[in-house]
Amino acid sequence: MDWFLQQTINGLGLGAIYALIALGYTMVYGVLRFINFAHSDVLMLGAFTAFYIAPKIEKLLGSQSALACIMVFIVAAALCACLGMLIEKLAYRPLRNRPKLTVLITAIGVSLLIEFTAQNEKVFGAAPQPFPQLLPERAIHLGNLVISSNDVLTVGVTIVLLVAMWFIVQKTRVGTAMRAVSYNQQAASLMGVPVDRIISFTFGLGSALAAIAGILYAIKAPGIEPLMGVQPGLRAFVAAVLGGIGNLPGAVLGGVLLGLLETFAGGIPELSNYRDAIAFGILILILLLKPAGLLGRSSVEKV
Amino acid sequence: MNVPLLELEKATIKFGGLTAVSELSLCVGDGELVGLIGPNGAGKTTAFNMITGVYRPTSGVIRFSGKDTLGIKPNSLAAAGIARTFQNIRLFRSLSVLDNIRVAARLHNGEGYFSALWRGKGWKTAEAETEKNALELLEIFNLTQQRDELAISLPYGDQRRLEIVRALATRPRLILLDEPAAGMNPSEKDDLMRLIRFVKERYNLAVLLVEHDMKVVMGICERIAVLEYGIKIAEGTPKEIQCHPKVIEAYLGVAATPIENAHA
Amino acid sequence: MPFLGAKRWLLAGIALAILASYFTPQFNRYYLGVVIDVGIAIILATSLNLINGHTGQFSLGHAGFMAVGGFFSAWISLQVGGTANAIWYFPLALVAGGLLAAAVGLLVGVPSLRLRGDYLAIVTLGFGEIIRVVAQNTEAIGAASGLKGIPKLTNLGWTFGFAAITVYAISALVNSTYGRGFIAVHDDEIAAESNGVDTTRTKVTAFVTGAFFAGIAGGLYAHHKQFLSPTGFDWLKSIDIVVMVILGGMGRTVGVIAAAILLTLMPEVLRDFSEYRMIIYALLIILLMLLRPAGLFSFNFKRRSHS
Repeated sequence: MDWFLQQTINGLGLGAIYALIALGYTMVYGVLRFINFAHSDVLMLGAFTAFYIAPKIEKLLGSQSALACIMVFIVAAALCACLGMLIEKLAYRPLRNRPKLTVLITAIGVSLLIEFTAQNEKVFGAAPQPFPQLLPERAIHLGNLVISSNDVLTVGVTIVLLVAMWFIVQKTRVGTAMRAVSYNQQAASLMGVPVDRIISFTFGLGSALAAIAGILYAIKAPGIEPLMGVQPGLRAFVAAVLGGIGNLPGAVLGGVLLGLLETFAGGIPELSNYRDAIAFGILILILLLKPAGLLGRSSVEKV
Repeated sequence: MNVPLLELEKATIKFGGLTAVSELSLCVGDGELVGLIGPNGAGKTTAFNMITGVYRPTSGVIRFSGKDTLGIKPNSLAAAGIARTFQNIRLFRSLSVLDNIRVAARLHNGEGYFSALWRGKGWKTAEAETEKNALELLEIFNLTQQRDELAISLPYGDQRRLEIVRALATRPRLILLDEPAAGMNPSEKDDLMRLIRFVKERYNLAVLLVEHDMKVVMGICERIAVLEYGIKIAEGTPKEIQCHPKVIEAYLGVAATPIENAHA
Repeated sequence: MPFLGAKRWLLAGIALAILASYFTPQFNRYYLGVVIDVGIAIILATSLNLINGHTGQFSLGHAGFMAVGGFFSAWISLQVGGTANAIWYFPLALVAGGLLAAAVGLLVGVPSLRLRGDYLAIVTLGFGEIIRVVAQNTEAIGAASGLKGIPKLTNLGWTFGFAAITVYAISALVNSTYGRGFIAVHDDEIAAESNGVDTTRTKVTAFVTGAFFAGIAGGLYAHHKQFLSPTGFDWLKSIDIVVMVILGGMGRTVGVIAAAILLTLMPEVLRDFSEYRMIIYALLIILLMLLRPAGLFSFNFKRRSHS
């Protein structure tokens, strides 16, 4: 029982990160109907941004202080948001009306470009580097259970951002425009929605989420390196599809489910070697049984 | 008693809460030319999609030459003798005119994977035969000149005709034509009417025609069924339909525009 | 009628390949290695072209099939052992690898080919990764450390012999009335279905055929490098092959072969800039998609009439 609860807690911590990344995938998919492969690299860049700016901010605001920590998150998120918008503008916007596969391949190209550039010795280098502690880590004991303060932080940040995203999408003018673009880009543009700006904004928002997720992931990981985004990115993508891509609550549900499953599988020795395959196994099962994902709605093709 | 070629018995299809076609009963006999008309969104194309197996009816039965078609895939129904054209032309865009026909002629080519790899004598004979038949069809419809052009590079009217030719290449017993006159000018429409009559006689086909153009429908159909909101409101000869009060209400009640422009 | 006498070309190709292998010892070993790499790339790209190009089913799992064929044929060679009877068992081992890859292709294809576009891409990527993880955990093929000491049996003759067969088989298939079904599925599935094409069967056929040849390429690769590691078959390898197909212009056999040659030679040419090699590669993909999305060699719009 304790083992079960402990794994659940660990799984939630991991799942919350997947959920954050999945939100970015799903939002971009919602407006553009394509998989932004470079999302996982923005995540990595978020972690590296924090890695380089944290010492400077901590010098100003005090080491391991809450304020410094928040500033690190904000600055990294803002920088990555700009970067996301830049990528969209340079690589994806010119392809707006091209076949989807063209855009998908371009996205893969962007992803490879970021990864290989980052691996270059003159940039970040391929070797892992230790990530600074932004907040003192504490272990909270609850009976036999151990809860890391980092997991609490992760889950807390995720919930706050989730509510914020829900608010933006459902309650603001920009959000209405986002939904309009998602529903019908052409009609939205005829109704005076600035489609380019909305798509750009969505990319920015998604990239900011990725950056924050990247920092949270880096805090838990032993070190950061240019390919650190690939595995969580892939899983988060699976999570987004699992929940029904384009669907915000679905992304969160998928992320948490995947985090839990992975943690439980990792805790069972016979399965732990197959951890990488589990996410995909689940994805394939779900898509075969429910092609639109758990919360997605299937559509009938018009003939 | 004679079994009708196509028989719909209370065929119904629902999408979520919407009933697109409700308890449609309709018969098409061998060699008969039946029209299916109705305002936009009445469920005509949906009925076609049920008959050809693209959609699965929620309830009711559809029989083709006496056999229930439920759960049979469109390609098997095509092999059984149901061919169709599409409202929004669906030609194979990267294939030539001739190759568009060859795709449909695959059903009767008889050669499979390994013979296509091996290219033996039997294969060569079959390929030559297929090509000869396809060229014959093109000849009949005056498309021989364009045989090597990309199908989608043809003028609009020719594309519509090519779709009919392609459907014929499957050697159907029943052909469903979905708004074949859409976008045609009056003289093209006259040609089309001649073409449909000719095809029906020459290949001894049953035809089910969805069409908005009343001149075409009234001019060639032997029998007409009228759909409104997925429900059949009338059926009869062109004469009977023309003065059927419900039909007049359905058309004039929806929009006070002349019937001929109702689809514009 | 196109493609008459195609078999004669095939025989000529195989004869040339065998002839070339006679002179092999006189070649520079480095160049010989690169040329064999090119041959293997041609098999991979041409076979993926049937799936991605002609049939229009976007697969990102080709490296997985290559792995299945590679590991299985290498395992057979290691069981049989020795190079003495290689001329007999090597082609059999290759074909066995191809057949197992085809079987896996069938297993993967039947459920996943119901999906389309992005989803199919991701599911095939997932299957490819699962194949890799399974290989990493299978003791019989060396698990994570891989297979070592595979006999060096791949030579110019086998490589280009099989490359000729692959190119022939796929062109012959596509350029037949039967094979127009692949292109019909690519163009419009609904129209294909209503004209009697069994779309599911067609897609699975393309997938299994592609997997078979990828398996053979895997076998040639295994007996060329003499060492196989599961990590060598991750999804980046699949992307490499996809890029060849796109660069060559999906569905154009000659273009795809040219792209396979070009992309295999490029890293060798860029050897002096090895630090920036992959960056250039990534940039190339992006620029290509932005500037020449229909492929590097697309000069007119008439497609596929005589590929």
